[in-house]
Amino acid sequence: MTTTPTTPVVDQTLGTALSARARPPRAGALSATLTFAWRALLKLRHVPEQLIDVIGTAIIFTLGFTYLFGGALAGSTSQYLEFLLPGSLAMTVVLVTTYSGVTLNADHTKGVSDRFQSLPIWRPAPIVGALLGDTGRYLLASTIVVVLGLVLGYRPDGGVLGVVAAVALVLSFAFGLSWVWTTLGLVLRAPSAVNSLSLLVLFPLTLASNIFVDSATMPGWLQAFIDVNPISHLVTAARGLMGGTATAGQVGWVLAAAATLTAVFAPLTTHLYRNQR
Amino acid sequence: MAWHSALAVEVSGLVKTFGETTAVDRVDLAVAPAIVHGLLGPNGAGKTTIIRVLATLLRPDAGTARVLGHDVVAEADAVRGRVALTGQYASVDEDLTGWENLVLLARLLGLPHRQARTRAGELLDAFGLAEAARRQVTTYSGGMRRRLDIAASLILPPQLLFLDEPTTGLDPRSRAQVWELVRALAASGTTVLLTTQYLDEADQLADRIAVIDHGRVIAEGTPGQLKSSVGAGALQVRLIDPEQRSQAERLLSQTLQVAVHPEADPAALSAQVTDPHRVALALAELARAGVALSEFALGQPSLDEVFLALTGRPAGTDATTREDAA
Repeated sequence: MTTTPTTPVVDQTLGTALSARARPPRAGALSATLTFAWRALLKLRHVPEQLIDVIGTAIIFTLGFTYLFGGALAGSTSQYLEFLLPGSLAMTVVLVTTYSGVTLNADHTKGVSDRFQSLPIWRPAPIVGALLGDTGRYLLASTIVVVLGLVLGYRPDGGVLGVVAAVALVLSFAFGLSWVWTTLGLVLRAPSAVNSLSLLVLFPLTLASNIFVDSATMPGWLQAFIDVNPISHLVTAARGLMGGTATAGQVGWVLAAAATLTAVFAPLTTHLYRNQR
Repeated sequence: MAWHSALAVEVSGLVKTFGETTAVDRVDLAVAPAIVHGLLGPNGAGKTTIIRVLATLLRPDAGTARVLGHDVVAEADAVRGRVALTGQYASVDEDLTGWENLVLLARLLGLPHRQARTRAGELLDAFGLAEAARRQVTTYSGGMRRRLDIAASLILPPQLLFLDEPTTGLDPRSRAQVWELVRALAASGTTVLLTTQYLDEADQLADRIAVIDHGRVIAEGTPGQLKSSVGAGALQVRLIDPEQRSQAERLLSQTLQVAVHPEADPAALSAQVTDPHRVALALAELARAGVALSEFALGQPSLDEVFLALTGRPAGTDATTREDAA
């Protein structure tokens, strides 16, 4: 019989560490939510790849469309940029939202959720916190697109206020949309499935929209689709805010859509989260 | 204290089904406070499901479960405030560092910023993880990850700790370290409910063991009681000359007074022994008859043998089981 050599991990520091201590008052709902938001931001720092591919896509699309088609589509690249940039902003952020579903699914597959759910905290805190943290990520993505636009010569008529309002609008919509992916994240089995399915939904929605060109020259059936596509509404409103021509109706439509998505999918997500498996 | 029962865990008639599969089938279980209680059984026996119900992660379909005097359904929040769970799969965030994981959980448990940091550092020191504190958990070895996982359950030392297969997949050295930790926890007065597939682990750590099979408790007792129900273990002998096997078989069964089985190896024989004293006599008998042995061993009863003794069939057979719907 050989004895396995063990390094003594157990010593007096362990005794101290295990000694009973008074339990602090429980973390409140806000504190727990913010802690989860902090976690999401930490993940962004440790796994920046999640952001890089989407930012890359945004840069390639913005540069590519501006310089390849801009002149042909709008007469000059600078005029086209005026049209494209709000769309580019919306598209980038909308594409980043898929990661909220992927992250939640990974938590579930790996068992981290088990620990969170056995903690005495406000039940939806892990999800709401993650989405708040994700909003930080959306903000970062928005900033990059706007800065890129400014570097390329984009000068929004709506001014700073218009740009800030457009970004805020895009973030609200993204927050609502994220709940769709968290629901999906709890229904599907693997993170990769969540990723593929959400992109499968988003690509037609972003392509068949008014992000790149005005729908006036398109066939009627496509125009009809574009008119009901929520992404088009988002782009129209963002374009309006950045160009200083937005109407309350355009902005209101987007806010209502974000509220509806949240109202439907947030309870669905929390229900699935609580009664998983 | 708000609880009337002296038991740490009190389960009665617990049922949990997943679709067609009954994972837990009318289980009764009582766990006394301040002991290590083992749930022993093969993969898919329902151990994890029982733990998940007790940790308020799953709702039972029938029956009741009380943890530290609180009902796991009606008073789930009270239960969550008193227990901690280290799951079968890594229940730490692999993207974060060890330190960040502990600070995160400490904050979620209500510790203020500064105390959360102090506590994280204290636990990392105590668990031999101080040097790896600032590294992402993805870079940790299996043993380090397990220790971090257990440390994460001890930020506020719980009254009851659930450990789901704490050593599955660990190398022997890490396994010994986890055993040490469990013993230290037990010594500090924490009730530990652990699941395991290994009889020796249950034997080493647990004060009482419940054997689980197909979602039911098929035996319950101290490790000593359990093992005595199985006998002393299996005697394995290997002959130098396979020609002598039938002679050896006859001699062994006469002396041991149990059935002796030929193994697939043409030179090997095995027998379930009830009395270890007879083994010495039997070996002497073989030597006297000129039957030379190349090897012999008296094994501890294995989980398979416990199952064989308790159910009349080996563990994990009867293919209707599926892995605990983890």
